[in-house]
Amino acid sequence: MSTDADETAEHLLRELAPQVLGVVARKCGDFADAEDAVQEALIAAATQWPAAGIPMNPRGWLFSVAMRRLKDHVRSESARRRREDEVANEQTHNEPFSPPADAELGVTGDDTLVLLFMCCHRALSPSSAVALTLRAVGGLTTAEIASAFLVPEATMAQRISRAKQSIKSSGVAFRMPTDDERADRLSSVLHVLYLIFNEGYTSSEGLELNRTDLSGEAIRLTRMLHALMPNNGEVTGLLALMLLTDARRAARTGARGELIPLDEQDRSLWDRQMIGEGIALVSDAFAAGAVGPYQIQAAIAAIHDESARVEDTDWPQIMALYGLLKRMSDNPMVALSYAIAAAMVDGPAAGLALLSELDTDEKLRGHYRLDAVRAHLYEMAGDEERAILHYRAAADGTASVPERDYLNMKAARARDRSDA
Amino acid sequence: MKYMMMMNTPAGTGDYQINNWSPDDFTAHIAFMHEFNRRITDAGEMVACEGLTPPAQARLVRAGKDGRPITDGPFPETKEFLAGFWIIDVDSAARAYELAAAVSAAPGPGGAPLNMAVELRPIMSDRPDPSAPKLAR
Repeated sequence: MSTDADETAEHLLRELAPQVLGVVARKCGDFADAEDAVQEALIAAATQWPAAGIPMNPRGWLFSVAMRRLKDHVRSESARRRREDEVANEQTHNEPFSPPADAELGVTGDDTLVLLFMCCHRALSPSSAVALTLRAVGGLTTAEIASAFLVPEATMAQRISRAKQSIKSSGVAFRMPTDDERADRLSSVLHVLYLIFNEGYTSSEGLELNRTDLSGEAIRLTRMLHALMPNNGEVTGLLALMLLTDARRAARTGARGELIPLDEQDRSLWDRQMIGEGIALVSDAFAAGAVGPYQIQAAIAAIHDESARVEDTDWPQIMALYGLLKRMSDNPMVALSYAIAAAMVDGPAAGLALLSELDTDEKLRGHYRLDAVRAHLYEMAGDEERAILHYRAAADGTASVPERDYLNMKAARARDRSDA
Repeated sequence: MKYMMMMNTPAGTGDYQINNWSPDDFTAHIAFMHEFNRRITDAGEMVACEGLTPPAQARLVRAGKDGRPITDGPFPETKEFLAGFWIIDVDSAARAYELAAAVSAAPGPGGAPLNMAVELRPIMSDRPDPSAPKLAR
């Protein structure tokens, strides 16, 4: 049972986690050890604060506890190597517990940024980077991350420890990337945050009560990054994209967890406040110049979100934006989205013609998405037979339960219509 | 992405053939499996793994007209039998193939690789595919 005091402490801990880890890592120079020590300090705080009250200087408290744990570890390590030193032992036991003031810690946003760059480093596999970011920057416990990914806690603990080893062995220093490295490193940070957001894209809220809200966590981390880099258009674009997508959360699944496509959603359920914030952000980003893929995707989401009814959707503008995106990215999913937009503007035949060009695409050939889009366009064209065929092929090809059910339902409806 | 990796072994006698191997071959095979499990556990890819009892203990169960179980079996004549399975969580299909091939090459009699058939099946997710074009979202 969680109380208000628990929640206040929890929110504060999540916010302070990366700041404290940043300082500890900078001072001790070993990211993996620092991360272990801070994680222990967070656990100590989570158990002590709700009962004893939040200390006067919570950041300093966490820092002091983490530094003590770090010393304890160093000491037990030394003891194991029979190089222990009794004098050091006495000194730490007599040390009075007085957390340093924030000014002494020298907390800056830079430490948090360095942390993010480190956790999202390309030396890590995507799943390792996601797990490490959630723990080190997000302040989530290993158990919370494990439950979000439906794997045993021991598996997640191992994944996190592996990630820290990879950082250690790849020799990445705890410092800000140079100007040359920065764009590339930032793009992997944005990619990891986007992966976290998508992992939270669950289909059935009722069944997910015990799962960590990863979309919410991704938005929180991206907000934090945006506060640290307010003038970066792609950071702003990613935050806008997340808000504009998450705004439809209540409308995108039915009572039994079934997928409701954009054109059938009850738009009165969309979160107006999130949409307003997302649109303001995307406008800011576009006004600032240099446009990137996240900004364009956010702009497309904004066009959907701004349309009061599905028939009000400005498809020519969406088509133009996907056209722009297609020139920036070789992701075949973008080409598929472009074909859909073309069908909405120029009719299904135009969309189908674009799809036949994609049949030779290595990455897309045999992919169920190609069948799914083709089925939709045949349905639009009134060719129920071909629509049924491709809906079925798509349903057999997907590994997602809600999508399989949705595609099978579309096939069944098309069959009903053609039988009638 | 999660996969189920199923190890099928020939089981012509109603018992696993491994039971007839020499002590050295038996030990080498078991050690290989332990090492394999340790490796995927260390990599943070292991979700679950279980070994199954031999075909002699297998029963096929159906509901009768009154809903009560009707059992059939054992099936000592079965040619191939599911000996065990893993559930793994990996970054790519290529990695899943790599792990399946590693299991397939487990040592048999005389240390020669068995190259047994390993069936790999993607596990369905309860989430929509994040790469979905906007039409289905």
